Amino acid sequence: MKHVKTINLPDLKSSLREGGCGECQTSCQSACKTSCTVGNQACQRESKDQKK
Amino acid sequence: MSNGMMIHKYRHEGLNIVLDVNSGAVHVVDQPGWDIINLLEQGYKRNQIPRTLQGVYHQQEITEALEEIQTLMENDLLFSADYLEGYERAPEHVIKAMCFHMAHQCNMTCNYCFAGEGSFGGEKGLMSREVSFRGVDFIIQNSGLRKNCEIDFFGGEPLLNFKVIKETVDYARKKGREAGKEFKFTLTTNGLLLNQEVKDYLNEQGFSVVMSLDGRQKVNDRVRTMKNGSGSYDSLVPEYLSFVEGRNHQDYYLRGTYTAYNQDFFEDLKHLVKLGFKQISLEPVVAPSEAPYALREEHLPELYRQYEHIARYYLKLYGSENTFTFFHFTLDLSQGPCIKKRLAGCGAGTEYLAMSPQGHLYPCHQFVGKKEFLMGDVTQNLQYDRDLYQQFLRVDINRKEDCRTCWAKFYCGGGCHANAHQFNGDLYKPYTLGCRLEKKRLECALGIQAQLFLNHEQNASKEASREP
Ligand code: SF4
Ligand code: SF4
Repeated sequence: MKHVKTINLPDLKSSLREGGCGECQTSCQSACKTSCTVGNQACQRESKDQKK
Repeated sequence: MSNGMMIHKYRHEGLNIVLDVNSGAVHVVDQPGWDIINLLEQGYKRNQIPRTLQGVYHQQEITEALEEIQTLMENDLLFSADYLEGYERAPEHVIKAMCFHMAHQCNMTCNYCFAGEGSFGGEKGLMSREVSFRGVDFIIQNSGLRKNCEIDFFGGEPLLNFKVIKETVDYARKKGREAGKEFKFTLTTNGLLLNQEVKDYLNEQGFSVVMSLDGRQKVNDRVRTMKNGSGSYDSLVPEYLSFVEGRNHQDYYLRGTYTAYNQDFFEDLKHLVKLGFKQISLEPVVAPSEAPYALREEHLPELYRQYEHIARYYLKLYGSENTFTFFHFTLDLSQGPCIKKRLAGCGAGTEYLAMSPQGHLYPCHQFVGKKEFLMGDVTQNLQYDRDLYQQFLRVDINRKEDCRTCWAKFYCGGGCHANAHQFNGDLYKPYTLGCRLEKKRLECALGIQAQLFLNHEQNASKEASREP
């Protein structure tokens, strides 16, 4: 497209249907301990699937 | 247009960026595209647009851009509907992560410490082996079918209790194996006791390590002081460097705090990168507003500029041998966490608890010592307060007015409950200053992704044109 470039193809909605395995790291444990950000957490299911 | 649709448009480094909040799609648009999206957002109908923009752009350009935008809308990538209305987090009662306060005492006296020199306003003391083991039992008993469980050894300074840490790790591994659980360990340390024995141990056991250092020597030593009043920089930097090099820069964060004293914290970030650190997190101080180092509303424009500088610097070094990770800029836009995680936010009180040296349970490390949030006592039993659990389960981004209407909600997850409570006395009222910084960081993070995408595209087209 000429006027709009879409930089990602997100999959948020389908992740609601699939429901979330809950195996990922708790966000505050990873680095900050004083604030919350979930957008930068890695998905465990994804990494597991990739390993297969 | 309603249906709960929401977009966020902003300019970043000469780019027009549009985030479609509900789908998570990010678009870079040219000026006609931007103007059209702007009009649609204001409620203009599609057929009013050519006339409205007449004379500003060529008709053909308007038609083309409109068509592209229409396609995105049809594909639910722009002005997409809120599909989460009425969504409620189900009470799963799975606690899989805990923060163990190994020591409510500290070998430093940092001015801004939210733990009050490690004691969290209560008694000083070390966690006993018995309490720590009970904590492990607690996780095993309460983590349901989850396989991955986490313990963060925290303090005060947890390495003051290194012996019990080691015993706990052994115990958790053994009990975990029997129960089909895998434990992951983190250590948050001020680094003073990071000697060779400790370093080897942390590497062998695959710990993730969060190490404190604020940046430039004068910045660090002004606030991160030792008991005798001297600074900590000189003794920490060489130890940290040898440690991170010894683990190939894997699994650590060099974590700094910035305060009103170093509103130019970009300089600290640069300093840390130049020293050779590659995984860095700099966080705004959490402080009562009367503290001299507290961050205030009027500091925001300067703080925003610092994040912009960091974003530029990040891109400049990207791909070079000095590439670094900045915690709040890491984003995986296509395969990030699932929506459930985004709604759950930090998980305090619902999947994550903290335990004091006495074995008292709290929703998270920042609530420790606040009596009204006491959730249990592992020395009595392995239960936790289900009412408080419910309370924390309910405060999600859908139920907080500020969050529901906030474009950043799916990245932020609803902010820090502890900050909301500390600053507004209300879990439902996020701490505004924190929100504004969070949003700025996200704008930078999305901007970085957009720039990387465009660079990549440009390189690809150069490659293609070179082919015969
Ligand atoms: S930035 Fe603030 S308002 Fe927005 S989602 Fe986070 S906590 Fe809520
Ligand atoms: S309430 Fe705040 S400090 Fe506690 S886990 Fe959540 S984000 Fe972290």
